Amino acid sequence: MTQHIVRAYDEELGILSAKINQMGGLAEAMLTDAVDSLARYDVSKARSVVERDGQLDLLQNEIEELAVIVIAKRQPMANDLRHIMGAIRIASDIERIGDLMKNIAKRVTVMEDRFVGTRSLAGIQHMAHLVLGQVKAVLDSFAQKSPDLARHVWLHDGEVDQLNNSLFRELLTYMMEDPRSITFSTHLLFIAKNIERAGDHATNIAETVYFIETGQQLSGPRPKGDSSVFAVSAPGK
Amino acid sequence: MSLASPMVQEPASVSEPDVAAKVAARSVNVYYGEKHALKDVSVDIPARAVTAFIGPSGCGKSTFLRCINRMNDTIPICRVTGDITIDAKDIYDPRLDVVLLRARVGMVFQKPNPFPKSIYENVAYGPRLHGMARNKTELDEIVVGSLKRASLFEEVKDRLNDQGTGLSGGQQQRLCIARAIAVSPEVILMDEPCSALDPIATAKIEELIDELRTNFTIVIVTHSMQQAARVSQRTAFFHLGSLVEEGSTEQIFTNPKDKRTQDYITGRFG
Repeated sequence: MTQHIVRAYDEELGILSAKINQMGGLAEAMLTDAVDSLARYDVSKARSVVERDGQLDLLQNEIEELAVIVIAKRQPMANDLRHIMGAIRIASDIERIGDLMKNIAKRVTVMEDRFVGTRSLAGIQHMAHLVLGQVKAVLDSFAQKSPDLARHVWLHDGEVDQLNNSLFRELLTYMMEDPRSITFSTHLLFIAKNIERAGDHATNIAETVYFIETGQQLSGPRPKGDSSVFAVSAPGK
Repeated sequence: MSLASPMVQEPASVSEPDVAAKVAARSVNVYYGEKHALKDVSVDIPARAVTAFIGPSGCGKSTFLRCINRMNDTIPICRVTGDITIDAKDIYDPRLDVVLLRARVGMVFQKPNPFPKSIYENVAYGPRLHGMARNKTELDEIVVGSLKRASLFEEVKDRLNDQGTGLSGGQQQRLCIARAIAVSPEVILMDEPCSALDPIATAKIEELIDELRTNFTIVIVTHSMQQAARVSQRTAFFHLGSLVEEGSTEQIFTNPKDKRTQDYITGRFG
């Protein structure tokens, strides 16, 4: 991209991108640690995830303030304007991912009974792994200004939805088999849902990146795999 | 489910004019002596809308504006080729009366240039010249009506016989607009009408332009991109004598197609 005539303008846009990347790095680490703390039942790690959420909020505020200042000072046009508006949206999506991870970590700190077998945990870890890949890729697409990579992320959210769906059925089965597993299974259900929603935020970011780079909206058919809301569990069926 | 690639959605262009072109230019070239100032410009200017011409200094936007009322005829070394029509009638037809053309196509300049006459006479001059009023009452109506449409009447109604040059810059510019619309033109050309005005006076002129577009076809040359974005429905970007890109103002300022347009409006090195 050609430089602006006013160099300070480039610097301001650079700071905006740097802060987004910083937020992204924090959110990725929170995702990894939140799921890790669940798998290892590591309460102190879970607490550290909860604490880190404040940093994301702070960064999001800084991005919003800087964006407002740049708009007021520079009256940005075209791709610059899309970049700034996009930064605000992406910051908000990453902040939401942080909230979801904080929620997972909070659950870990209050879990007591751990009835469910390791299979569900492995499923959650697999989901988290996929979502982490999505989040990493979409942040790369922002950093590399790559609408193609953003579209790739956008198209590959379906697998996460499918995993969430099968996990849902599996946990339902456990709960029906052994009512003592209900508390823990319910926690896992929420945790899976949170991870799946983090994936949704990654696709939101993908849409934003695509818009920043091309000025056009991503639309058209997209694979959706989540049918858990329709899943029926009739005993004996 | 198939992994079909997503279809790209074109941004909605709500300001797309639904009326035919008022002014149409085809392959217009302008030479100042040896200098090729305007290169093969073809563009349609829609009726009852504001079209903005933007571009760096010397890009040909003012030159093109001056072709529309044949102001370039006054420059001896200037040569214009190509076709420009208003309502499908060739304005470079040798049989055409240039004075009448300039009554149909009014012009407002960068620096307010009222005649050294009274406010009343500034506005009355054109209608009187063209015999548009049969008596004093009719002339009064035209003058008052024009001043009202130019949003100036309330400020000057008690001093119509004062010198026009005694008004503030913004008032003088609105007086010039009143003078331009007094002869009921169809097209109004504005060459940087606000560059000598403060922000308040600029806002008043912009508000006025927005009102005038319901009755007139307006073409404005401006160095202020923000102004072009605010007042126009269509925008054309000129660079080095060529028309680089023309489109709805929203499209030009949010998602220009040409890299040169993007570099210019975002303030990058071209």
